[in-house]
Amino acid sequence: MATFLSRPKKIRVLPGFRLSLGFTLFYLGLIVLIPLAAVFWKTSTLTWAQFWHTITMPTAMASYRLTFGASFLAALVNAFFGLIVAWVLVRYEFFGKKIVDSLVDLPFALPTAVAGITLAALYSQNGWIGQLLVPLGIKAANSQTGVFIALTFIGLPFIVRTVQPILEDLDPELEEAAASLGANRWQVFSRVIFPMLTPALLTGFALAFARALGEYGSVIFIAGNIPMKTQITPVVIMQELDMFDYSKATAIAVVMLVVSFVLLLTINVLQWWTNRYNTTNLA
Amino acid sequence: MTPVATTFHPPRPAPRRSTNEPPAVRRLLIGTALLFLVLFLVLPLVFVFAQAFAKGIGFYFQTLRDPLAWSAIRLTLIAAAIAVPLNCVFGVAAAWAIAKFDFRGKNILLTLIDLPFSVSPVIAGLIYVLVFGAQGWLGLYLTADNPKFPWLANWLNAENFKIIFAVPGIVLATIFVTFPFVARELIPLMQAQGRSEEEAARVLGASGWQTFWRVTVPNIKWGLLYGVILCNARAMGEFGAVSVVSGHIRGQTDTIPLHIEALYDDYNFTGAFAVASLLALLALVTLGLKTWVEHQNAAQNKIET
Repeated sequence: MATFLSRPKKIRVLPGFRLSLGFTLFYLGLIVLIPLAAVFWKTSTLTWAQFWHTITMPTAMASYRLTFGASFLAALVNAFFGLIVAWVLVRYEFFGKKIVDSLVDLPFALPTAVAGITLAALYSQNGWIGQLLVPLGIKAANSQTGVFIALTFIGLPFIVRTVQPILEDLDPELEEAAASLGANRWQVFSRVIFPMLTPALLTGFALAFARALGEYGSVIFIAGNIPMKTQITPVVIMQELDMFDYSKATAIAVVMLVVSFVLLLTINVLQWWTNRYNTTNLA
Repeated sequence: MTPVATTFHPPRPAPRRSTNEPPAVRRLLIGTALLFLVLFLVLPLVFVFAQAFAKGIGFYFQTLRDPLAWSAIRLTLIAAAIAVPLNCVFGVAAAWAIAKFDFRGKNILLTLIDLPFSVSPVIAGLIYVLVFGAQGWLGLYLTADNPKFPWLANWLNAENFKIIFAVPGIVLATIFVTFPFVARELIPLMQAQGRSEEEAARVLGASGWQTFWRVTVPNIKWGLLYGVILCNARAMGEFGAVSVVSGHIRGQTDTIPLHIEALYDDYNFTGAFAVASLLALLALVTLGLKTWVEHQNAAQNKIET
């Protein structure tokens, strides 16, 4: 560690390098790294066969399908509507735009438990929205649809907030050039604007997807707790914890952690790609 | 009569039609966006307050005056009061090290700081159970036949030292989930500001702390405030991680979100929404402050450039 983080030989004017980096590493280790290492320590007490058996048990497999499927669908819906919201907020003027703009962050600011009970009550059979869905034959509460609705709610700001700054920085000359060369508005959008938004859109999608995979509070109330049907993976982990079966809970947690780390890497690469577009536009 | 074709027309600004959508498309897009946002954001928000007051204002205040609600509010405030300042100090230290100095492994450090955001809240709670729980490192140490440092084990056992299913566990879980907020705001900000102002202050004879308090802090104050606001909102609203380590002892280890869950599970929906309205109000205040800080920050940048 010492050589890995050693500083290149250079005269420094500013003080506090050792103090600030030392405290940063100490705090990071204490709060994040050592406790996270405990997950892998606990898993190592299982044999490979036990580990495999746990992470492929039917309730876990059903939960992966639901968690990944609903998260993917929710991120997709958010990509579509998020792009429209970002577009409208950047390009058009309308009454109440500033309020709408700050309200987009509500899912970040509203505690998940509050979102959870609110969505559950709104979409229950006699809730404001739920009763409208009953005649259509849609059961939102205590169903997989409910999981999807909750994940759509919490993923909403990600796409808007990643696409919005890119759209603001877009050089209007590009669109004017395309239009003057005879492209109609749809062609300009699909061939000029959309390709430039793609990295940001993918980043936002990945962020929303990653957030949805681990989400707990906003989902459990609307999803109910039907094994094999509406249990997301964090709920399965919670269930094992409630039975004090820590090895099983940890084994499934390892699966989720590995997926999260892979996603984190993907997001970093995507963000690098987004920023490259962004800075070329600024230059 | 002068032929029209020969008269000179001064160049007019070109109509913006070529880079704009037809009004019908525009209205359709605005309509779609607003409908989506009303359905997913406005309606839930209105619903919380409508339900909270469904049994009248008397019931609302009765729910909030309940001793269990009070103890939940107190615990939430304690957890936030410890987690937010600690993560604030960490954020400033990390941003100072990363933005003002060059060292190898900086990108790895940046990724590690973001790590808590990509960990599911339930797993965030689980890791502390594995470290401090009865079956975890601490538990194994306390129940070992001949532990190292027997005096420490004896003392901890005698004090009935508990982290999991007690307040310290809740504080730790809160610190973990809010870990990156301040650092994440300050690092890009301080990187963009560079080192020249601090270096100038040092060369002119200011001490390290003088440089920090008189040059750096005024430069980063809005970013710091922004990070603190977001950090605090999450600290007070965290549910999953705290739920794992709390043990749900009513009146002792229930935070506001856990108290909401308890009321909801008791079918006291109006009570649950009454308490939830407090957190919804906190969310609205957070959004308001956030917008205000963004505004102030933009104004400050405008003056400087």
